[in-house]
Amino acid sequence: MLIRMTESSVKKLSNGDRCYRASNGVKPGKNGCVKNHYLYQKQHCYPEEKIYHVAHNGGLYKRPFNEVFEETPMLVAVLTYMGYGILTLFGYLRDFLRDWKIEKCQNATEREEQKDFVPLYQDFENFYTRNLYMRIRDSWNRPICSVPGAKFDVMDRVSYDYNWTFKYTGKVVKDVINMGSYNYLGFAENHGLCADAAADVTMKYGVGVSSTRREMGNLAKHEELEKLVARFLGVEAAMAFGMGFATNSMNIPALVGKGCLILSDELNHASLVLGARLSGATIRVFKHNNMQSLEKLLRDAIVHGQPRTHRPWKKILILVEGIYSMEGSIIRLPEVIALKKKYKAFLYLDEAHSIGALGPSGKGVVEYFGLDPKDVDIMMGTFTKSFGAAGGYIGGKKELIDYLFTHSHSAVYATSMSPPVVEQIITSMKCIMGEDGTTFGRDRIQQLAENTRYFRRKLQEMGFIIYGNIDSPVVPLMLYMPAKIGAFGREMLKRNIGVVVVGFPATPIIESRARFCLSAAHTKEMLDTALRMISEVGDLLQLKYSRHLLVPLLDRPFETTYEENEE
Amino acid sequence: MASGQQWVLVEMVQAFYEAPAYHLILEGFLILWIVRLLFSKTYKLQERSDLTEKEKEELIEDWQPEPLVPLVSKDHPPPKYDVVSGPTSHEIIVNGKECINFASFNFLGLLDNERVKNQALTSLRKYGVGTCGPRGFYGTFDVHLELEERLAKFMRTEEAIIYSYGFATIASAIPAYSKRGDIVFVDEAACFSIQKGLQASRSNIKYFKHNDMDDLERLLKELETEDQENPRKARVTRRFIVVEGLYINTGDICPLPELVQLKYKYKVRILLEESLSFGVLGEHGRGVTEHFGVNIDDIDLISANMENSLASIGGFCCGRSFVIDHQRLSGQGYCFSASLPPMLAAAAIEALNIMEEDIDIFRLLRDKCKHIHSALQGISGLEVVGESISPAFHLQLEKSTGSRELDVKLLRGIIDYCMNRQIALTQAHYLDKEERFLPPPSIRVVVTIEQTEEELEKAASLIKEAAQHILQHTVLGH
Repeated sequence: MLIRMTESSVKKLSNGDRCYRASNGVKPGKNGCVKNHYLYQKQHCYPEEKIYHVAHNGGLYKRPFNEVFEETPMLVAVLTYMGYGILTLFGYLRDFLRDWKIEKCQNATEREEQKDFVPLYQDFENFYTRNLYMRIRDSWNRPICSVPGAKFDVMDRVSYDYNWTFKYTGKVVKDVINMGSYNYLGFAENHGLCADAAADVTMKYGVGVSSTRREMGNLAKHEELEKLVARFLGVEAAMAFGMGFATNSMNIPALVGKGCLILSDELNHASLVLGARLSGATIRVFKHNNMQSLEKLLRDAIVHGQPRTHRPWKKILILVEGIYSMEGSIIRLPEVIALKKKYKAFLYLDEAHSIGALGPSGKGVVEYFGLDPKDVDIMMGTFTKSFGAAGGYIGGKKELIDYLFTHSHSAVYATSMSPPVVEQIITSMKCIMGEDGTTFGRDRIQQLAENTRYFRRKLQEMGFIIYGNIDSPVVPLMLYMPAKIGAFGREMLKRNIGVVVVGFPATPIIESRARFCLSAAHTKEMLDTALRMISEVGDLLQLKYSRHLLVPLLDRPFETTYEENEE
Repeated sequence: MASGQQWVLVEMVQAFYEAPAYHLILEGFLILWIVRLLFSKTYKLQERSDLTEKEKEELIEDWQPEPLVPLVSKDHPPPKYDVVSGPTSHEIIVNGKECINFASFNFLGLLDNERVKNQALTSLRKYGVGTCGPRGFYGTFDVHLELEERLAKFMRTEEAIIYSYGFATIASAIPAYSKRGDIVFVDEAACFSIQKGLQASRSNIKYFKHNDMDDLERLLKELETEDQENPRKARVTRRFIVVEGLYINTGDICPLPELVQLKYKYKVRILLEESLSFGVLGEHGRGVTEHFGVNIDDIDLISANMENSLASIGGFCCGRSFVIDHQRLSGQGYCFSASLPPMLAAAAIEALNIMEEDIDIFRLLRDKCKHIHSALQGISGLEVVGESISPAFHLQLEKSTGSRELDVKLLRGIIDYCMNRQIALTQAHYLDKEERFLPPPSIRVVVTIEQTEEELEKAASLIKEAAQHILQHTVLGH
């Protein structure tokens, strides 16, 4: 099997047109990536790695970049579309029955007094929710009643009206293996150093602040946190905010505005998209992690200037994420930085999922690639995931942070961070940095990296289609068909494993998937149990689609770039 | 069947022979024309400018972006924040000085409450700090469900939904309902998070004068005439009024009964932001609806944060399920953000318990507001702005010096004077360039139930003293 795979991949590579054209930032294509491929394979002979296409670009990448997106099998794609077709047909049928009062309408309805108002919702907006989402709604929002650690307790609930309402039975499903929470380094704990420190602060400070940073809510603790974050990231200064989402949506508008251009990855998180829109800048979208697409947009932008007036752009800001939470891919940061330098653009890097989770000492994607944090203009990240807390930060040059202190919407208008949350971040970050005098932090980072490689390899071997980078702790497993979304979620919970399943609109319509988030808190036994169950359900639902026909990222059918203009 | 088709073919060939030559030439020409249209590009792509690669490289070489952030000149250093060491409770240490807190919105004094702290601690010992996920993906805890139920019950509405950040609450709620093309009527004094929500909604925004119902009705009438001209568009254009219960920027209460009348007269929905009025106005602290005795179901959506009266973190929206439930899939700050840390939710639940047990605190707060309000009247040079029952109000300069910068400096002088004498005050801060209607500079005074009569008196007399000292001094100086 493996031998065949290698052959086919080599054949494809020697064709020359289907390999990663990892551009060195100066000229795409042409660099003999076939040669590089061989070179790399000679040096490292991990048998399992032969099945990957390797984008290895001497000068830029200090480590192999193994990222893979297997093509959707044609039959599966056709069946998936058929599935949606059938669901839509039945949706129309049932809407028809509801209109004629044959089927009971379970929707909450408008007040009698307001029936003659303009309807609050357009009917087709809710078609999807009513007829598709409602069928499998039980796979989301499952309430839990314990620490979201390696295992958690899920509250049992039943629905007697096909998911329109839920009743809690009062029972608790104990010790479900948690493959869903973003608890990368396992700092979601109710005991231990961090929790103890947070408990002390709770008793001393209370939980609230009731004022903004700019007015009376600037605690010495906040400043301590910011100094620590700056030191952790290796930047001059940093600023912390109460909510990760708002860190993006409220600070991008402070940095760019009308006459500026934002180049945004097509799979960027909603908060980045919202921030970009609120800024009033022109937004152009490049294909996911596709450097040719980005370079073309950069060139065109500088050569042609602003639309109509052709005035040169004031600034160009590239928005990317470290790890993409739905694809499991890692940003091609060395290339992005090379491009950014060549075209004098600014780089905004959102490390929501990568901070703590990547790099030998958990400093994120910059450290993972062995790059200099100074090359990233705006380092953004959240405390929600690896640090087991809440909030977000921005790090960068001192001028940038000084500017944000005066111009950030969050500092002036939003209540500052809760002191116990701040304490949790300080303690967990010190632990990661080894400043608590232990090696717990390092061990966790190491454990996460091992778990990631192990889990990904096993799934791959079982024959599932897995997306993303070999080192990414976010592991999407492709389900494709809408009916399998709900089935997978339910079957896994039956086997005491909590997983996240996602479908449209969070993913392209045919690429529904399950997503596992690995944690340093997972033991090998837990992972083995999870893997066994996944394999079992995979057989049951026939999810082992993989034919190992690996296609490079560039060939993935994504919509073309488009531009969005804020009027 | 087949023979029939053949017959048609024969007829066609016959017709071809019989047709006059000019006709054939014309048709042939037409066919050629169509082929040409099909295969030619009649428009030029954007790259019409025939730049050579070298020219492009030169352009790229020449282009110089503006700096990421404007360079700060030496004479305008970034403002220094006041530093609070220790908690922001009644007694506060600002810049190393012990003061009585007249600046944070901890109206009911729940920030320092032992019961609240203990509940938070219990929750921390059970759930840890963070939730490590959004509500959809195992970020929903039993505490969240309980808090939502309790808030809905407290406000006497069908449903409530909680957000993990106060600012994001109304800013996410507005764009969940109001979309491009819809019309929103907003009070000019609306707070910044409302403005951001409106901007995100991309709706058509019409500002009416602050608390001026005639002006609002004028706009509504204008819309009515427009609707008659274009009834088809009117049928799909949603319309909303967005107001605050108690305006943070002015300390005024909105005329809710009149707004409800206008709502039914012109069929407009009301979205009400109650961050300051929740837990303050009304006999039970249910806010501006209770204050005016308005049926809460007449308000389509109420949004408030839990960071002021409840002294926790986060925000919530409440109303009928028909309205609120929509946010569970469409509220951006709800769906795409990590959920509220359970300990903060537990603290909010305990704070609600206290509010329900003792409704006297709301009366007490009102009394204190009235007290300091009257004590602050008649200061020469300073004007009290805001309702007498508002626990957060403003002191503005009676006469501006004409320069905002100088005004701010004067007010800062008054604040420093008070701060040196154990009364902590703050200015109301805004982003001058971002505000749609920038309020004049002011000192924010916040009343909490923890402040004693003496402290209120002391604050009032100190402010009076400071105003005399500083304002007169500058008048003489100029």
